[in-house]
Amino acid sequence: MPYRFIENEAIADVAIEAFNIDLSEVFRDSGAALIKTMIENPEAICLRIGRNVVLNNNQLDLLLYNFLEQLIYYKDTEQLLLLTIQLTTRQTGCEWNLVASLAGETIDASRHQQRVDVKAVTLHQLSLKKENDVWKAHFVLDI
Amino acid sequence: MPEVDKLHQISDVVWELPVSYKPGMRVPARIYATKELISSMDDAVFDQISNVAFLPGITGYSMCMPDGHSGYGFPIGGVAAMDTQYGVISPGGIGFDINCGIRLLTTDLTWNDIKPHLKKLIDRLYQRVPAGVGSKGFIKLSRSDFKAVVEQGAVWCVRNGYGWSEDLELTELNGCINGADVRAVSEKAIDRGMEQIGTLGSGNHFLEIQVLRPENIYDKETARIFGLRGENQITVMFHCGSRGFGHQVASDYLQEFLKVMGSKYHIQVPDRELACAPFKSPEGQAYFNAMKCAINMSFANRQVILHRVREVFSEIFGRSPEKLNMHMVYDVAHNTAQVERHTFQGTEKEYLVHRKGSTRAFGPGNQLIPERFRNTGQPVIIGGSMETGSYLLAGMNTGAQTFFSTAHGSGRTMSRTKARNMWQGRNLQQKMESEGIYIRTASLSGLAEEAGLAYKNIDDVVTASELAGISRRIARFIPLGNVKG
Repeated sequence: MPYRFIENEAIADVAIEAFNIDLSEVFRDSGAALIKTMIENPEAICLRIGRNVVLNNNQLDLLLYNFLEQLIYYKDTEQLLLLTIQLTTRQTGCEWNLVASLAGETIDASRHQQRVDVKAVTLHQLSLKKENDVWKAHFVLDI
Repeated sequence: MPEVDKLHQISDVVWELPVSYKPGMRVPARIYATKELISSMDDAVFDQISNVAFLPGITGYSMCMPDGHSGYGFPIGGVAAMDTQYGVISPGGIGFDINCGIRLLTTDLTWNDIKPHLKKLIDRLYQRVPAGVGSKGFIKLSRSDFKAVVEQGAVWCVRNGYGWSEDLELTELNGCINGADVRAVSEKAIDRGMEQIGTLGSGNHFLEIQVLRPENIYDKETARIFGLRGENQITVMFHCGSRGFGHQVASDYLQEFLKVMGSKYHIQVPDRELACAPFKSPEGQAYFNAMKCAINMSFANRQVILHRVREVFSEIFGRSPEKLNMHMVYDVAHNTAQVERHTFQGTEKEYLVHRKGSTRAFGPGNQLIPERFRNTGQPVIIGGSMETGSYLLAGMNTGAQTFFSTAHGSGRTMSRTKARNMWQGRNLQQKMESEGIYIRTASLSGLAEEAGLAYKNIDDVVTASELAGISRRIARFIPLGNVKG
């Protein structure tokens, strides 16, 4: 699995590490990890509803923060569980851009086995950097 | 050397990290804990509480309460009093779940009265107080009504029929903090909160039916003043916060503060989660006014849940909530920053007291607590794990040492991920039922994360608070039934 839940960190919250040689895949996997934090069986999410996201930030890790925050926003406002269908990141000058197409459906308690609600993404030990040709993201979700 | 070995022991329950512990600390850090509790704290607590000591304007000590554990920015249990003139305000010292708090109410029912109805009560509460991921409340509000709610808090609810006027007197800040200004709140925050009033949330949030046994009353006179008579009296306790609204307010201003903290105000902090701005700056005041809206949203949330609880009890027992004596004991806030007057080193002045996972605990004589509590100190509700029970304490005048702050719960000792790997929700649910605690939950794996053994011993937390003189025990409640998010 391209992400893992870290056992002995963030006692009351959930710490996650995602890693991939492709930066866009790290964003995708980080989003999947956020959904997995809330739902035991993300494979049960039907791709019925789509949303597009365009984000910019001059710091790459904060771009990840904004992306994850957007998934939480859709969960709270439209009760949508969204997975990443397509995502691209690009650096233009000193700014990072993200364009993503997301798809999913509204939460259905009879099919989506709940875990815990995610309140927010924290800045605590937030990082996204390339190490030995592998992009590694680390973030803590507030529960 | 483990970090715990670098602590200086000040008393049996007070431990200090001197300013030499980390270059940049403006004040020492103090941790309130028994030897057992401090030995069980993770090293991140010491790192985080010493980071808090870097914040400009911090007065006295950066402090961690006995239920403290690692968090983000501040540890959970973190307390810091900032000078209001030249100090800062930091969302990381308040938390994302602004005014997460606990409310306790009494009934005139006994264990014998509810025994035949317990499952039905919990099942009905589970239906009427939505919990879990993405839950929505029953109150449908226009955008302008929601804006009125976040400016007026529980006062709006009582005016609109969701509660009794006495509920306001028995809520910290009378259920509404003055100065909330919705113009400081983003549209995203309003989007997230609009449909969530009356919902419990998830994680460590709960709604619990409890019994107060006579042997668990430690101060009968104070308990009587708080409305508790013992005799296997049934009480109801619930814990929840400002939901997505408060979470978004915190997220918005963390990012805003990151932009200006260094470039405009030249403040350096060792953790971005401690992003801050001078309290008197335009950014600091905007966050303060928005945070107050989230404080009010949370009071409104708990007020509406109280209304639902009263409805359910009334329906099951065929008597009005008034006849059932469903009065509030008190409602306390955990995650706030409030301007309060305190005396430090002989001088009384205003401080902005950040409490993150800590309860305000004013002692006897304080003019800001209801008159009925002026001789006892304010009630302090300590929510325990779903397996082990909860406490009611009272504030003490010796609490001045912590700017009248104390613990808020048991405090975790084990990560959620580890707990989920150790226990199975279904087995835990069955075990608890065999022990007389009936649970309804939106999430079995979430239940496993909340296992009693994932928390500190609540008796140790209360003992440490009492020995330190920051609050004293009045009563202990045993869980009978629980709705978990």
